[in-house]
Amino acid sequence: MKPLEIYVHIPFCVKKCNYCDFLSAPASREARQGYIESLCGQIRSYADAAKAYGVVSIFIGGGTPSLLTGSQIAAVFGAVRETFSVEAEAEITIEMNPGTVSREKLKAYRDVGINRLSIGLQSADDEELKTLGRIHTFADFLETYRMARAEGFGNINVDLMSAIPGQTVESYTRTLRRTAALSPEHISAYSLIIEEGTPFFALYGEGAGGHDEYGRLPLPDEDSERQMYYDTKRILGEYGYHRYEISNYAKPGYACRHNLGYWNRTEYLGFGDGAASLMDHKRWVTGGTPEELSREDEMEEYMFLGLRKMEGVSKTEFKRLFDVSMDSVYGKVLADMEDKDLLEQAGDFVRLTEKGIDVSNYVMSGFLL
Amino acid sequence: MAEINQSKIRNFCIIAHIDHGKSTLADRIIEMTGLLTSREMQSQVLDNMELERERGITIKAQTVRIVYKAKDGGEYIFNLIDTPGHVDFNYEVSRSLAACDGAILVVDAAQGVEAQTLANVYLALDHDLDVMPVINKVDLPSAEPERVIEEIEDIIGIEAQDAPRISAKTGQNVEEVLEQIIEKIPAPVGDAKAPLKALIFDSVYDSYKGVIVFCRIKEGTIRKGTPILMMATGAKAEVVEVGYFGAGQFIPCEELSAGMVGYITASIKNVRDTRVGDTITNAQAPCSKPLPGYKKVNPMVYCGMYPADGAKYPDLRDALEKLQLNDASLQFEPETSVALGFGYRCGFLGLLHLEIIQERLEREYNLDLVTTAPGVVYKVYKTNGEVIELTNPSNLPDASEIEYMEEPIVKAEIMVTSEFIGAIMDLCQERRGIYEGMEYMEETRALLHYRLPLNEIIYDFFDALKSRSRGYASFDYEMDGYVQSELVKLDILINKEEVDALSFIVHAQTAYERGRKMCEKLKEEIPRHLFEIPIQAAIGSKIIARETVRAMRKDVLAKCYGGDITRKKKLLEKQKEGKKRMRQVGNVEIPQKAFMSVLKLDDKK
Repeated sequence: MKPLEIYVHIPFCVKKCNYCDFLSAPASREARQGYIESLCGQIRSYADAAKAYGVVSIFIGGGTPSLLTGSQIAAVFGAVRETFSVEAEAEITIEMNPGTVSREKLKAYRDVGINRLSIGLQSADDEELKTLGRIHTFADFLETYRMARAEGFGNINVDLMSAIPGQTVESYTRTLRRTAALSPEHISAYSLIIEEGTPFFALYGEGAGGHDEYGRLPLPDEDSERQMYYDTKRILGEYGYHRYEISNYAKPGYACRHNLGYWNRTEYLGFGDGAASLMDHKRWVTGGTPEELSREDEMEEYMFLGLRKMEGVSKTEFKRLFDVSMDSVYGKVLADMEDKDLLEQAGDFVRLTEKGIDVSNYVMSGFLL
Repeated sequence: MAEINQSKIRNFCIIAHIDHGKSTLADRIIEMTGLLTSREMQSQVLDNMELERERGITIKAQTVRIVYKAKDGGEYIFNLIDTPGHVDFNYEVSRSLAACDGAILVVDAAQGVEAQTLANVYLALDHDLDVMPVINKVDLPSAEPERVIEEIEDIIGIEAQDAPRISAKTGQNVEEVLEQIIEKIPAPVGDAKAPLKALIFDSVYDSYKGVIVFCRIKEGTIRKGTPILMMATGAKAEVVEVGYFGAGQFIPCEELSAGMVGYITASIKNVRDTRVGDTITNAQAPCSKPLPGYKKVNPMVYCGMYPADGAKYPDLRDALEKLQLNDASLQFEPETSVALGFGYRCGFLGLLHLEIIQERLEREYNLDLVTTAPGVVYKVYKTNGEVIELTNPSNLPDASEIEYMEEPIVKAEIMVTSEFIGAIMDLCQERRGIYEGMEYMEETRALLHYRLPLNEIIYDFFDALKSRSRGYASFDYEMDGYVQSELVKLDILINKEEVDALSFIVHAQTAYERGRKMCEKLKEEIPRHLFEIPIQAAIGSKIIARETVRAMRKDVLAKCYGGDITRKKKLLEKQKEGKKRMRQVGNVEIPQKAFMSVLKLDDKK
């Protein structure tokens, strides 16, 4: 049986954050119930395709999936287990926001087999949380985290964010230390991206004009932003985390398998609005037309996705997948990038250098054929 | 064809300052004489190149023959020769005028006499043309025809009391213009039996007929089979067809005789054989001497043109060759640049001419071009006695081999209302102008005389003039030889490497300022790289200005989810695409448009 990942998208939240460009919005109780029913229908419609696969990971993302009731979550998992064969060791994650779960709900999660929680903290500084438009405080997070541990969750991720307006290297460092001190198994540390269509875009996006007119907090400059990135690795390292992907850190053995699956091009099915799937050499978004991937497309993806992993991409695996050597296809760009000290070889693997991480888009664009 | 009586022919042109309504009046005349119905007319028939219509200026002379039934019952033949409307084409204008016997002077009833009005009138008077004033745009609320008439009489000194007050736009009083043409423009003279003497005033290339030569017969007669000789170029041919100009078409006829305007074809393959201003005569019975005024026109402005995609080099050559078929003043020769690869050094009559060619290459031939900053032709006197005409700054010899250099100068006339005299004098001063005097045309308007280096006016002088006079100043110039000047070559070094395509010649006095601005401009244009890039301006080995493009610190997409992969790929593709529009110099990628940076140094942001 081939490995398969499942992603379920829950596009509901209490209130949209200032930076968020995900498909998500507040919705009525009825709308949520209707969505769950159609979601279960979608999942069941894959019964035939499911036969060839064993599910290795499930990720319930959003939005704020923790807004769903225990019985709604149970309905979704009912549909999944009825349709797919889920492996006993599968990693099953749900995303949640601090302050949106009770002990009862956490218990319901455990009952359906969820074994990993991903909590969106973003910052341990309440002012920064306010700036982001988050609906919780650091104290709310501590309470949620305590409950989760008490309920027996032994694999928890905490999302953090750098480059928040008004954030300093010092305040970010504090957030890192406050978080790491709690010893979650996994920390995702992203840098804020100003996306079009968000309230932040109006303030900081292209054409937003002037500098720091009254009331607008400054974005950290590029040097501070990079400093935050370097500090993340250094400080989390002190607490026993290793960086296994550009923005992801884990205690040994706790790298997120679902996340790695994307970079390893494991096949996945996405259910719900806007969810993406990769199966049978095709990519599609729910309701959309599948895009056939050529061999070249797949080589490109193998390279630019794989390079997000710190271990890099394997030459042996490349040869196995495409029946040509990596050097015969990419020899020139590999040599060029190595010359520039952006890539390095480590045994069978080619990986980004620290300098290469900083400009990874530049490096990856070199692998487009 | 019935014999045409010379007394029933009128050969004339229309002259005007830009936007005073020259082409509109021409359209109206054509329409009213019934050559085309107004429905058939596209606005401004004579400006028939797409570019001309867009820009509202005439680039290539156009000619049309019109039959007019006058009020006296007679039937007249009008040959309207429309002349190019820009100083770049002054010589062409003068040859077109030489083909006429009179000129209609169109003056805007609101704007009055302008610098080009004067320049054109003087040019017409130089050619002994009778000038017939017409006051246009009398339908405008701000029209003051009586004041303008006085102005014409005072400033130009020609009688204008009975000038038709018209609106070419509405057609009001245009008929009066037609009647006055008969009365005021003299009929041509010339002996149809004398040895052939015909003036070439334009030519176009036709892929079936070869070169179609536009000419005015001054003496003698030309018909099919006449063996002809172009007196200046020495080219010989036998006439295949003669004819006259319908609206947008060539209409063959038996013969053209003294006084007539028409065309000939003679299987001539190259417009270079039929130079504007040359005299056509009968090869077997030549006239004793050619018509006066022929000049070989030389390009005034040069720049390098390179295909953005190096593989398109042969396409660029083909396109230039095709354009040259119709444009004898366009010159080009192959050159190589370290930065830009294979291309051509092209010579133009002026900046407008350059822009037109550039646009036509891009639009009509679909070429993506990298153009280097235009420059003028400098004369370099070397210590060994050799004189070089320098068209490409890269070819400037070493300073130790140069005795001295000369640059081209123009004589400029600027007409300006008195409140802006100071501002315009400042501008001319900044551009190294030499004040030669001023005269008041009337109480509030003056004509300033300056001598200015051509390289100071080819880029943006006209724009600067307009902005500093709130649009009121007008400007005309003519070439006035060369003067010795302290010139230096400014080199640009990017990441310590000299970029040949960015070098330019500049006066020593302004070198520092230009160098500094150039570095600033390039700093904006060049994207950040993985390493720091110094941009330096240098004269010889001396660095006079420096800017730095900081190293790229970060280009990373921090978050990326499964659903983002298509988006991520698009982003990477965009990045890769952007790189294609760059030129690699050493290890620095320079955007194509940066090579024109020097043109935009005076931009105010």
